Formats: sequence, C-alpha cells, structure tokens
Amino acid sequence: MTTAASTENTDQPAPGKNAARPPRVSALRRSWDKYWYAWAMVTPVAIVLAVLVLYPLGYGFYQSLTDANESNVSATIGAFHRPATYKFVGLDNYWHVLSGADSDFYPRLLWTVIWTVVGVSLMVGLGMGLAVLLNRKMRLRGLYRALLILPWAVPSFISVFAWRLMLNSQYGVFNEIITAFGLPAQDWLGTPLAQKVAVIMVNVWVGIPFNMVAILGGLQSIPKELYEASEMDGASPWQRFVNVTLPGLRPVTNTIILLGCIWTFNMFNIIYLLLGNNTSGDADILVTFAFRKAFTGVSDYAGAATYGIIILALLLAFSTFYRRNTLKSEQA
Amino acid sequence: MTAATHENSSAAAAAPTAARRSDTAAPRKVRGREHRSLGSSIALHGTLIVATVIAAFPVLWILFISLGPKNAWQDPGQVLKNLSFHNYSDVLSHSDLPKWFLNTVIVAGGTTALGVFLAATAGYAVSRMRFPGSRQLMWTFLVTQMFPSIVLIVPLYLLMSELNLLDNYLGLILAYATTAVPFCAWMMKGYFDTIPKEIDEAGRVDGLTPFGTFWRLIVPLARPGLAVTAFYSFLTAWGEVAYATQFMQSDHYTLAVGIRTFAQDQRPDWAWTSATAIIITIPAALVFLLVQRSLVAGLTAGGTKS
Repeated sequence: MTTAASTENTDQPAPGKNAARPPRVSALRRSWDKYWYAWAMVTPVAIVLAVLVLYPLGYGFYQSLTDANESNVSATIGAFHRPATYKFVGLDNYWHVLSGADSDFYPRLLWTVIWTVVGVSLMVGLGMGLAVLLNRKMRLRGLYRALLILPWAVPSFISVFAWRLMLNSQYGVFNEIITAFGLPAQDWLGTPLAQKVAVIMVNVWVGIPFNMVAILGGLQSIPKELYEASEMDGASPWQRFVNVTLPGLRPVTNTIILLGCIWTFNMFNIIYLLLGNNTSGDADILVTFAFRKAFTGVSDYAGAATYGIIILALLLAFSTFYRRNTLKSEQA
Repeated sequence: MTAATHENSSAAAAAPTAARRSDTAAPRKVRGREHRSLGSSIALHGTLIVATVIAAFPVLWILFISLGPKNAWQDPGQVLKNLSFHNYSDVLSHSDLPKWFLNTVIVAGGTTALGVFLAATAGYAVSRMRFPGSRQLMWTFLVTQMFPSIVLIVPLYLLMSELNLLDNYLGLILAYATTAVPFCAWMMKGYFDTIPKEIDEAGRVDGLTPFGTFWRLIVPLARPGLAVTAFYSFLTAWGEVAYATQFMQSDHYTLAVGIRTFAQDQRPDWAWTSATAIIITIPAALVFLLVQRSLVAGLTAGGTKS
C-alpha cells in the first residue's frame, strides 16, 4: 500500500520546498510522501493570511514608527492626488505611550485588565454552574438549555441595543426591575462607575452561553466510571466535583479561559455600541480607545497603530505564558 | 434520606446545597447522582428558572417593545393595548432596511463561501498530516484570534483604499476573512480529527488521488462540520460592526451599520430599532439553534485536541 501511494505521488509535481527538505526520521516516511499536497492545501490559507493579516500587520507596525495621521497620509480627493508627507519617528510613539506621557494608556490598561479578569471569571464561573446543573436528568432540560443559549443566538450588536433600551436611565425597564428588588436606580449609561458595571454585565450576559455549552460538552466526555468509582470510595458530591469534575474539565476550561481572555480583552461591540459616542471615555478599553483615536477627529493613524501593536504584544505575552503554564500542569 | 433533606430545603438557594447536605449525612451511604430529593429539585429548577428568565428577558423585551406604538419604549404599558406589526411594516417600506439586508446577505454569503473553502482545505491538511510548518500554522491561527481588529483596521483601510476596495463588497468580504478563516480552520481541524484515518487509507488503496480522497470521501463525511463552519463565517459577517462602519458608504451599509442610523446616540428611534432588531435576529437565531450542538462540539474539539 505504501508503495502504491508513493509511486502515485511521484507522478505529481512536488513543490520544490518539500523536495529540498531532508527526511528527518524514517518513521515519518509516509507523511513525507504526503507533504506536497499538504502544502498545496494550505497554500490558499497561507496566501490569505499573508496578504490580509501579515502584510497589514507589518504595515501597521511600520506606521507605529511614523507620525502618520489623516492630514499627512497619501490621499486621492477627486482628481487630485496628494502624496504622503508623514515621516519616520522611530520608537517615539511607543515611548510617548509607555512612559505615561499621553496619560491615557495606564488608566485604560488598568481598566482593560479589570474588565477582562472580572468578565472572564464571571462567564466561566456562572457558565460552569449552569452546565453542572444542566448535566443531569430532569424534566424540561431541553427547554432550559434552549433558553439559556438564547443570548448566544442573537447577534451581539442586537443584544447591545436591547440592553441599551433596557438600561435607559429615564425610561429603562432595568431600573424598574432592580428598584422592585430594593436596589437603587442608576444612570447606567451616564456615570463612569455605572457604565463600567453595565458593560461588564452585558458582556457576561452575552458570554455565558458559550462557556456553559462548552463545559457541558466537557462534562459529558468525563467517563461515568470515574464517578462510580469515587462514589464507591465514599466521596461526597463536593469531593467528586473537586477531584473528578474539575480535573476532567481541564482541557476545556484551559481553552475557554484563554479564548475568553483574548475575546474579552479585544471586545469592541459591547463597549462601543452600548455607550455610543457621547461618553466621557472612562469605560473605554484599549481597543475601543484605539478605534476612537483612529477614526474620530483628525485620525491619528500612528497613535492607533501603536496601541494596536502594544495590545497584540500584551496578548501574545499572556498567551505564551498561559499555555506554558497549562501545559506544565497538564503534564504534571 | 428524604427526611434529612427536607429540613434543609428552606435554606436551599442554589446548587451547592446538594454538597452541603451530604456532609451532615456523612456516615450514611452517600447520595447517588441520579437520585434527587424534593428540596434539591426545587433548588435546581428554581435556579434554572431564574437563569432562563435573565437569559431570555432582554430578547423578549425588545420583541415586546417592537409590537407597540411609536413611543412604547417610554411607556411600555401601552404595548398590550395597542399590539400591532406597525413598526415592522413601517421600517420595511419607509427605510433602507431591505437594501441593507441584501447587502448583508451578499457580504455574509461571500464570507461563507470563502471561509468554508479555505478552512476546509487548511483544516484537513493540518488534521491529517504532520508537515513542516503545520504547528506554526496552527499557532498562527490561534495568534490571529488575538488580533484586535484595531491592529488591522487602519492598515487594511489604507490598503483597501489604495486597491479601490473601499465601499466594495469584495473588500469587506476579504476583511471578514481575516477573522473567520483562522477560527474556522481551527474548528475544521477538530472535526476532521474525528473522522477515522482508515477512511483516507482505504481511499488511497482504491486508487484515489489525495485530492480525490479529500473531495469524494472526506468532504461528504465532514458535511456537519462544514455546515457549522459555514454558519460561523456567516454569523461573523452578519454581526460585525467595526469594519463595516469604516469601510462602507451609505449605499452599501450592512444591517449592523444601518440599524445605528435608527439608534443614534442622541435621539434613538426605538420603535424602528426594536423592529429591525427582531427582523435581523430571527433568521440568524433559527439557523443558530439548528446547528448549535455541532458548533459547540467543533469549538471544543478544536480547542482540546490541538
């Protein structure tokens, strides 16, 4: 069979890249025969990533080293073409941001971290709670499940509009509900602290279903025998949860925590659409702040690019660190 | 056992009661997982009912408001007295909503086609073959998830303006591919991993070329996974705001941008906004509920097996 496959392969034109690479281990021989078409199959995706992701990323990085803004980039207005006049300024933008000279970065970073940590903990925690509850035989289980997934089925910008309507300080139903429970009414979309609570709340509401359903899937993949064995040993439900469920869920929770942190750190829709343009900016995270830098007033392309690269660097450092640690704990 | 739990049922507020109770009953046989007392049943269903109400309420509320008169959002009491689909017929006949809808369908359709094609080929290659660069490619997919759209949006904006792709369907489709493709490839890899490799081998024995194996054997088997990928790409395009806001002019607005012209910061028109929101939600939510089971399987498989 192997020979049949390999003779067939030699009929096909093999890309030079593969032919040039010496086989490392003879056990890899069979997959070696398949390299050429593996490469052929990833070529489209590689082109798209290169043109639409890597090139703009490199371009963005270059821009962060310049003083480009709306008034000095090249532009075509009607028949008139204006050449670019921005100049290279080296690491000035980074120094300006990281030294704290622009006085926006550190407050925005602090709030972004709080927003991410609080949001992801609540999403994963509540998602896990609901998943554990749903993971048993009971009446109406399908109905509960369908309704609990509803926030995920709604496009997020629609959810945000629903919440904006509900959180309206004057006519919103949300204040009426919480005052009925004895809590004080707030100007949810007006004052800085209330805005922050509101955006976290909406983000958690939007994010729970994904976490819940992913954990539910993880729960169902834990072998029943483990529970039976621990029951035989006289473990209490809480002990079973800590010693069987949590370790069994680790592959899923590791993934969703990492994804949740990245998504939340970069969450644009909720803050931008919930608060609109007439906010003081206190609830802006790094991403929405950078967006406003790029597209309001005189667009500060270099400044926005600098923020973008810093955000990316922060997330890369975090993910590398996180994956290294989770790999270690999985192997242990 | 039931007697012991009844005493606690008044204190039963949430799930952990089940755990606490068994502490008091420690010497006796531990409660089995499949048995449930009345008290914990009430706690379980109570918690789930509260959670479902919180989950469903905002959606039902916007539906409720959309069925009322023009100023119903200021006075929700009026809605029940004046139930009508007036806002819907209004927004469909007196606004650009149909045009935005068509624009969104075109862009989302294009994103879907491109996303599925790219994700399927790349996902299959990464799933089946350990080739030089496969690890790096998977890593790139993950890293791309970390790109805040802002890193790309300015350079992409300038790039597209040079290529005359601003205010153009293709430009927006390509922009969405940057988010949809890596994630979809990640999901497809997880799905292909669940298809036994023996099928590929059987195909090769029967004399199929590698592409023949992929196209004739694996693609049909992977149809559920492809459907999920398709839907994910579609949803990405359906609900994206930042690129659409900056790249498109009023003739090519998508729904996500168009609805903002009703829900302006200063004077939102909630009658039209709520009706539009429901019109946008219903098709998306229906398809979502059809595929959500496999969507989750795909998501977690991709994540846990990498």
